[in-house]
Amino acid sequence: MLPLILEDLTFAARGRTIIDRVSCEFTPGPRTVILGPNGAGKSVLMRLCHGLLAPTAGRVVWRGGRDERRPRAQAMVFQRPVMLRRSAIGNVTYGLKLAGVAHAERNRRAQQVLDAVGLRAAAHEPARILSGGEQQKLALARAWALEPEVLFLDEPTANLDPGATREVETIVGEIHASGTKIVMTTHNLGQARRLGDEILFINAGRLAERAPVERFFAQPSTAEAASFIKGELPWN
Amino acid sequence: MGDIGSAFGEAANLILALDRTLYGIVLLSLQVSLTAVAAATAIGLPLGAALAIRRFPGRPVLLVTINALMGLPPVVAGLLVYLLLSRAGPLGTLGLLFTPTAMVFAQTILVIPIVAGLSRQVLEDAWHEYEEQLRSLGATPAAAATTLLWDTRHSLVTVVLAGFGRAAAEVGAVMIVGGNIDGVTRVMTTTISLEASKGDLPLALGLGIILVAVVFAINAAAQIIKSAAVRRYG
Amino acid sequence: MELRRLFARTACLVLALALAPSALAQRFIILASTTSTEQSGLFRNILPAFEQKTGIEVRVVALGTGQALDLARRGDADVVLVHARAAEERFLAEGHGVQRFAVMYNDFVLIGPKADPAGIRGGTDTLDALRKIKGANAPFVSRGDGSGTHIAEVDLWKMAGVDIGSEKGPWYLETGQGMGPALNTASSLSAYLLADRGTWIAFRNRGDLEILVAGDQRLMNQYGVMLVNPEKHPNVKRADGQAFVDWLVSAEGQRAIADYKIGGEQLFFPNAGQPGA
Repeated sequence: MLPLILEDLTFAARGRTIIDRVSCEFTPGPRTVILGPNGAGKSVLMRLCHGLLAPTAGRVVWRGGRDERRPRAQAMVFQRPVMLRRSAIGNVTYGLKLAGVAHAERNRRAQQVLDAVGLRAAAHEPARILSGGEQQKLALARAWALEPEVLFLDEPTANLDPGATREVETIVGEIHASGTKIVMTTHNLGQARRLGDEILFINAGRLAERAPVERFFAQPSTAEAASFIKGELPWN
Repeated sequence: MGDIGSAFGEAANLILALDRTLYGIVLLSLQVSLTAVAAATAIGLPLGAALAIRRFPGRPVLLVTINALMGLPPVVAGLLVYLLLSRAGPLGTLGLLFTPTAMVFAQTILVIPIVAGLSRQVLEDAWHEYEEQLRSLGATPAAAATTLLWDTRHSLVTVVLAGFGRAAAEVGAVMIVGGNIDGVTRVMTTTISLEASKGDLPLALGLGIILVAVVFAINAAAQIIKSAAVRRYG
Repeated sequence: MELRRLFARTACLVLALALAPSALAQRFIILASTTSTEQSGLFRNILPAFEQKTGIEVRVVALGTGQALDLARRGDADVVLVHARAAEERFLAEGHGVQRFAVMYNDFVLIGPKADPAGIRGGTDTLDALRKIKGANAPFVSRGDGSGTHIAEVDLWKMAGVDIGSEKGPWYLETGQGMGPALNTASSLSAYLLADRGTWIAFRNRGDLEILVAGDQRLMNQYGVMLVNPEKHPNVKRADGQAFVDWLVSAEGQRAIADYKIGGEQLFFPNAGQPGA
């Protein structure tokens, strides 16, 4: 499915341009972190890539430019996890059922990912009564069980306490290690440093800078990136 | 006040006397209204789901129409069904006039807008919460609708109970299409109407108390089932 | 389009279930009659004998006279039993009925408050009584619903020399409802009204009302029965309907009618075969 190519991607709504002619390529391998201030358009960009929004102009193309259809082998974890009114394991098998996985295999895979994220004991609890951190781990498990080629994460730890944040970051690392491409947004510099291999810096809807993580933080080549890192960029 | 007091007495007498006619009438009332609600739910819930999820030209008009039809006067619905089922009408050869089936038909028409209109609102609110996640997981509109219906089941039970209340309470439609035939199409509401028109107000009110008690019992049963389910599934 | 197909299939299934013919294999006919007749309790009393004898269930749809005849005009009834001679003759003339047979008569009574402001108590001349009521501007409740009773009432006014349609005043109250509600209204307003004896005897909410004038020949209320014409309405159950008509005018049916009493009082007087009835 990869590489994923964005060509002059533009998105406007209610008279405002939110994403402004963004072009780039996502290749398998490196963990990509999309960084930027609040209101820069990171979430919208993620949704355009994932296929939840249709661009106003430009294209989102998979397979190196050959396939405009939205592929199935991708998943997304949102800032606020949406849990169905059923058990934790039920939430996981729900996604597997949609993907056409057979019944026995569904349960096996669901148990496996729940173990991997540390939710074995809560498997049969109603998902809605789990804590915020547990629900986000469940969301990750649900996505992981689908064995996606690409996992998009939209500010997955913005609402979590430090302990839960650490657990989520560990799990993201494990998912990456199992062969999934990670594309994640955050406005937390520390997290970007810990989890990213490359940084895409978005500001005011434009792709301002793209660099490997170390070089981005040590020597940002744009003034906007520099002031963002120093914490001086105004809130949009 | 004396009438109301004697009404409770009448109600008690009827129940204690194990009046067979009374039980027959209560049973028929429940059969007709519950069947109508089941049919209306089978039609109204998918309709509500479709309206909640899909956007199409004319949708606003359809929404307003369904909401307005929640207030369709039962006697009007009864007249329309009567004209359809009358021997002089298009479906006359079915011979359904003055049967319980005709009554079910008329009440179903009354309840569908309630189930569709109210469930549409419930499902639309749920869709706002669920849409991104369900589409992300690759759910088709049909799969999404089914999931929404299941996840909002507690609210939908209330919607169905509202529909049942409408059916069990109405007299205009069943009177016209059923004919209030003694022993065949006489239900609680038409009996109450008949006794009131005969001047026997305490008996009419007593029957009214029994009807309210039956509907209350059904609502209570639904609540108990709902609570048990919430305890189990959250 | 899974959703639409699922929806369409469910709807078809439900409609099929709802429209499926009733499981009852019961033989029955539909008898259109009037609310006052049914509320008198006559049918509950005499029909079981017929049903026992023939196995035919008589299902009574009770409406106002005009509505009952209209029901039959649409072919929705097999037999009609009402008490409005002129309307019945018109029904026959239009070809909707086969033949009219006299069955029975009951009578109307002029009801009023104990206080009797118009002073009509004990009289035997209905027309005189009505003139007195109008003269006293005493409240009078009319059914005003085009029923047999209402038509009879209007005719009585006419015979008394009053064109009630144009001469009515605020004392004349048209309820547009059945006998029961009209009696309720009269009871709560202590007003006069014309009622059939059967409904009056069964009526429980009398207040201070009582019978003031009765027995006048003009107050006799004749019932006629007709089989709805199968030539015009092929669905009519000719054999079973005719069986019922025959039974009503037979010795057995006529005796059943005479035997029906409330509180020892006979309500209906069988007169099948009486010339001119």
